[in-house]
Amino acid sequence: MRVSVAIDRRPEIADPEGTTILRALKELGFGEVASVRMDRVIHLEVDGDDPDEVKRRVEEMCKQLLANPVLEDFVVTVDP
Amino acid sequence: MRTAVIVFPGVNCEHDVVYALEALGGTADLVWHRDTDLSEFDGVVLPGGFAHGDALRTGAIARFSPVMNEVQRLAEAGSPVLGICNGWQMLCEAGLIPGAHIANTGLSFICRYEEVEVVDTNSILTRAAEAGDRLRIPLNSYEGNWVDPSDSGRIVLKYVNDPNGSQGSAAAVSNEMGNVVGVMPHPERATDTLLGSTDGNVLLGGFLESLVPA
Repeated sequence: MRVSVAIDRRPEIADPEGTTILRALKELGFGEVASVRMDRVIHLEVDGDDPDEVKRRVEEMCKQLLANPVLEDFVVTVDP
Repeated sequence: MRTAVIVFPGVNCEHDVVYALEALGGTADLVWHRDTDLSEFDGVVLPGGFAHGDALRTGAIARFSPVMNEVQRLAEAGSPVLGICNGWQMLCEAGLIPGAHIANTGLSFICRYEEVEVVDTNSILTRAAEAGDRLRIPLNSYEGNWVDPSDSGRIVLKYVNDPNGSQGSAAAVSNEMGNVVGVMPHPERATDTLLGSTDGNVLLGGFLESLVPA
């Protein structure tokens, strides 16, 4: 099954990459951009038949390794 | 009294640390990250570099290396555990120091001497220094920007001029007990007049003084 994991840095944590991208966009004339956050998506192919079980396992992966609980929240989506 | 300097794939400061500790009269051995027994050692240094290529996050993969169970055991037993640069990032990922590291404000890789001030001498790194001492130690990092939403890390060294956005200008942070410390600049690179500074000696000398037989 195809699974995507969206890992977002919590809004209260600084995002130097996002801030730099925002500045570059404004310099290019895209003044309408109010904010940029640079987060990441991890795509996995996971063996399994039961989407709930696959999701549970991938959430376990997030807690152990893929996300840092100090900085980040995650959302796991199993493709239908 | 022996110090284990752990070698992860991709670290690059391990020999400098051994050299610096031995120049100060200590005994240090390189230990591969897959080793699972540190019972012959009285303290540990996690040296700097780019363990596992910094894949995913700095220190994220290294913290699961087999040797880290032993590092955790020593940390909990009160033995000195020092993480330098990438080693500090590993200690945060392992939960042995509060917080985490993000990219430097301004996104520059910073490689230069920075002045740091000793703000707390109750740690294995700062015990031989005096509060208020100012030391010149080289910084060499891209993700040196420490954040600690829990506000529970104890800052023992801070930058005089905040170079990277680190919370509280923290250059080194200790756990509550004072036996586990992460430091972002490299004391081992400031241990000889040929290197431009010997200010790292008071820090590594303090680390050696803190070793007690295992």
